[in-house]
Amino acid sequence: MNSLVVAALLLLLLALSYQVGLSRSRAVAGGSTLKMHSRPNYHGLMVALWCLVPALAILLIWFFVGDDVVRSYTLSLLPAEVVNGDPTQLRDALRRVEQISTGFGVVGDAQPYENAAGQALHEFRLLTFWAMVAVAAGVGIIGLVAMRARIAPRLRARNEFETIVKVLLAICSGIAILTTVGIIASLLREALRFFSFISPADFFFGTVWAPRFAATASGDYGQYGLLPLLWGTIMVSAIAMLVAIPLGLMSAIYLAEYAPRKVRAFAKPMIEILAGIPSVIYGFFALVTLGPALSALGAMIGVPIRATSALTAGIAMGIMIIPFVSSLSDDIITQVPRAMRDGSLGMGATKSETIKRVVLPAALPGIVGAFLLAVSKAFGETMIVVLAAGNAPILRFNPFEATSTVTVSIVNQLTGDTNFASPQSLVAFALGLTLFGMTLCLNVIALYVVRKYREQYE
Amino acid sequence: MSVSAMSSPAASAGSPNRSRIQASLRRRRNAEKRFRFYGIASVTVAIGFVLFLFSTILHEGLPAFWQPVVKVDVTFDPAIIKVDPKPVADTDQSPAALRRANLDWQRKVTMVNWNRIIENSIRAEAPDVEMSARDVQFLVSQNERYRLRDMFVENPDLLGKTVPIELLASANVDVWLKGDIDRSLASDRQQLPEAARMLADRFYEDGRIRMAFSSVLFTNTDSRNAPAEAGLLGAFIGSLYMMIIVIVLAVPVGVASAIYLEEFAPKNKLTDLIEVNINNLAAVPSIVFGLLGAAVFINYFHLPLSAPMAGGLVLSLMTLPTVIIATRASLRAVPPSLRQAALGLGASRTQTVFHHVLPVTYPGILTATIIGVAQAIGETAPLLLIGMNAFVTTLPVTPLDQSTALPVQIFLWEGNENRNYFEPKTAAAIIVLLSVMLALNAIAIVLRSRFERRA
Repeated sequence: MNSLVVAALLLLLLALSYQVGLSRSRAVAGGSTLKMHSRPNYHGLMVALWCLVPALAILLIWFFVGDDVVRSYTLSLLPAEVVNGDPTQLRDALRRVEQISTGFGVVGDAQPYENAAGQALHEFRLLTFWAMVAVAAGVGIIGLVAMRARIAPRLRARNEFETIVKVLLAICSGIAILTTVGIIASLLREALRFFSFISPADFFFGTVWAPRFAATASGDYGQYGLLPLLWGTIMVSAIAMLVAIPLGLMSAIYLAEYAPRKVRAFAKPMIEILAGIPSVIYGFFALVTLGPALSALGAMIGVPIRATSALTAGIAMGIMIIPFVSSLSDDIITQVPRAMRDGSLGMGATKSETIKRVVLPAALPGIVGAFLLAVSKAFGETMIVVLAAGNAPILRFNPFEATSTVTVSIVNQLTGDTNFASPQSLVAFALGLTLFGMTLCLNVIALYVVRKYREQYE
Repeated sequence: MSVSAMSSPAASAGSPNRSRIQASLRRRRNAEKRFRFYGIASVTVAIGFVLFLFSTILHEGLPAFWQPVVKVDVTFDPAIIKVDPKPVADTDQSPAALRRANLDWQRKVTMVNWNRIIENSIRAEAPDVEMSARDVQFLVSQNERYRLRDMFVENPDLLGKTVPIELLASANVDVWLKGDIDRSLASDRQQLPEAARMLADRFYEDGRIRMAFSSVLFTNTDSRNAPAEAGLLGAFIGSLYMMIIVIVLAVPVGVASAIYLEEFAPKNKLTDLIEVNINNLAAVPSIVFGLLGAAVFINYFHLPLSAPMAGGLVLSLMTLPTVIIATRASLRAVPPSLRQAALGLGASRTQTVFHHVLPVTYPGILTATIIGVAQAIGETAPLLLIGMNAFVTTLPVTPLDQSTALPVQIFLWEGNENRNYFEPKTAAAIIVLLSVMLALNAIAIVLRSRFERRA
C-alpha cells in the first residue's frame, strides 16, 4: 500500500505540475505564442522536472536512511539492559517488537515493554511515512511554484530542458563503464581475499585441484592448482575450434562467394538459428545424444571414449560456435573490394584460386580477429561443459576422458548459498578474474584487429 | 606465358606444351570442384546439425506432454473417513470460534488415511490380483491423495458416495508404459514391483489407463516427492519477471546511451573509451556477470538469494551492450539527409533526434530488444551463481520471492537421478523454452512489419 501511495503521489504531482506550467505559459503568452521563446509544453516539462526531482530526492533519501532511523527509534524504546545485553537476545527482541508492530503476533507471551514498544513503533512508522509523503509533496510544490514564477517570454525553457535530457543520456551511457568497473572491482576484491588464504603461486602454478569443503575449521583448505582447469579449458576450446573453424569458414566462403541468392537467403538464417539456441540445450543434446553416440563409436573402433568427456563437450561447443565464426567471416569476406576479385579473375584464375590466393589473404586479419572472438566465447562457455565434460579436474592429456574447466569450477564452488568467508567459495572469484583476464586480452586484440581491418577497406 | 601458348593453338597443336596445359587445367578445374564441394558440404552439415538438434528434442520431448492417468471409481468410504460433519455457523457462535472449528475439522480430514481410499479403489478395479498396499502406492502419484482430500473439503457431501475420477499415474508407470525403461531387465532392477507392472499393463490394455494431456506441466511447480506432478509454472513466472525487468531496465538505458554516443557525444578520448568498453562488455563471458551479481547484488546490497529481482538485474547488465550496439547500428543507418532537413527547418538537435531520427529506428530497436531479451531468458550460468538453482515449490508472487527460471529448471531436471523419467520431461521443458523464444521472435516480426508500414 505504501508504494501505491508513493506512486499515486508522484503521478499526481506530475500531472499537476505539467498542467500548471502549460496554463501559466499560455497565460503569459496572452493569446500570441509568438513572443514566447519556448513553446508551452517545454514550460510544462520544466515545471514538472522542478517539481518531481526534489520530491524524488526526498523519497530516495528516505529509502536509504529510513531503516536506520526506524532501528534507532526502536532501540530507544527498549529497556537499557536489553540494548546493552547479549547481541543475539537484542536481535530477538527487535524481531519480536517488529512482529508485534506489524500485528503479526509473537510466539509465547509478550513482555509488557515489548507490547508498548510494538505499539509505539507502529505509530512511529505511520507517522514518519505520512510525514515523509507530506515533506516530499511540500518540496515538490515549492519547486513547482518557484519554476512557475520563472515563466516569462524570454525564458529559454527549451534549451534548459534539452540540456537536462542530454545530461541524462550521458549518465545512461556511463552505466556501461560502471558495469566494467563493478566487474573488475568485485573480482579483484574477492580474489585478493582469496589470495590471503592461498598464495598466488600455489594457485597459478599448482597442478592439483582438490578444494576441501572443510566442515571443521582445521585450517586445511585443500589444494587450488589452476593448471588442470586451465588445461581442460584449452583442450575443450581447441576441440571446439577444430569443429567450428573449418565448418564455419567454409560455410561463410560458400555463402558469400558461390551460393545463389535464394540459397543464401535460406541457408544463412538457418545456420544462425544455431546461435540463438541457449547453451543449456546444447548441454542436454551432448549429454543425451552426442555422448552416448561417441561412446558407441569408440567401442566400435576400439578406442575407449567416455560419454561425458572433453571430446563430447568440445564437439557440442563447436556446433554452437559455427554460426559465430560463419557470420563474422561472412561480413569480412564480403567487405573485400570487388576490384580485387575482378583483377584476379581477369588474369585467368579460377574462382577458388581467387578466393584462396586473393580474397582470404586480404581478409586474413579480420578472419583471425573473428577466430579470436570465437576462442574467447569458447573459454567463457559454461553450461555445455558443466553438463557434458564430466567434471574431473585432473591434469591429463587424453581428450576421450572426462575433464573440467575454469567455468565448471566457478559454478561448483559458488552455487547460491554461500558465505563469502572461506577460500572454498572465494576461489570462484580468483577463477573468474583469470577467465576475465584471458577473454579480455583476446577480445581487445580481436576487436583491434577487426576494427583496423574495417578501416582499411572503408 | 600460358596466354601466348593458347593464343596460337594451331602452331602448338600436339606439342607437349599443350597437353601440359590441359593437364594443369584439368587439375585446376578439379580443385575448383573440390573447393566448391567443401563449401556445400559445410553448409549442409551445419544445417544438418540444426535439423538433427530439433528432431532429437522433438522426438524426446513430445511424448512427455502426455501422461498416463488411471480412471477409477473412488468411494469416499465412511468407514475410513471417520470425521464429524463439516461445522456450520450457529447463531450463537462467534466467527473466530467457527473458524477454529473449521480448522480443527480440516486437520481431522487431513489425518484420514487417503492412501487407503486410493488403494481400495484400485483393488476394486482388479479384484482377482493379489497386491500389497505398496504395489498400489507405486501405481498412483504420491500427491493424488491431497487432491482427494481437497475434493472432500470442498464438498463434504461426497461422504459415502462413489465418483469416477482420473488419478495421475506415478512417474514410474509413465516410464514403464512408454518403454523408457528396458522391459527385459530383471525384476529386482525395475523401478516398479511386479504386481504394479502387471496392473499397469492390464489397465493400459483395457483403457482404464489412458494417456492424457499433461496439464500439470503448465499448472504446477517443481516437485520432488511426486515427479509425475512436477511442472514448469514457477520457473515460467520467474523467467517472466526477469524478462520484464530486462525490458524495463536494459532497453531504455541501452537506447539512451546509444542515442548519446551516436548523436550527441563529442569525439574524444572519453567517448572512445566508452565505445571500446561497450564492445568488450558484449564479449565478457556471461558467468562473469554472475560473479558480479553474487558480489554486488547479493553480498553488498543484500538482495534476497534466488530472487528474480537479482537475476533480472544481472541479465539487464548482460543485455545492455547488445541493445546499445544494435541501436547504434540502426541510428547510423538513418540517412543524414533526414537530420539535415530537420535541422535546416530550425529544429534543435534534440528535436531532430527525438522527433525525426528515433521514430525511423523503431523497427531496429525493437529487433535489438527481442534479440537481447531472447538471449537473456535462455541464459543459465549467471543465474546459478546467485542461487536460482534452488528447489522452489511455491509460486513467486513478487520479484523478490524465491524462484527459478526456465533454463535453470531444464538444468535441474537434467541432473535429476530419475533419468528415465526426467530426460523426456527435460526435452519437453526445452520445447517450452524454445516456443517462448520463437513466440518472442514472431511478435518482433509482426510488430516490425507494422512499424515499417507506417514509416
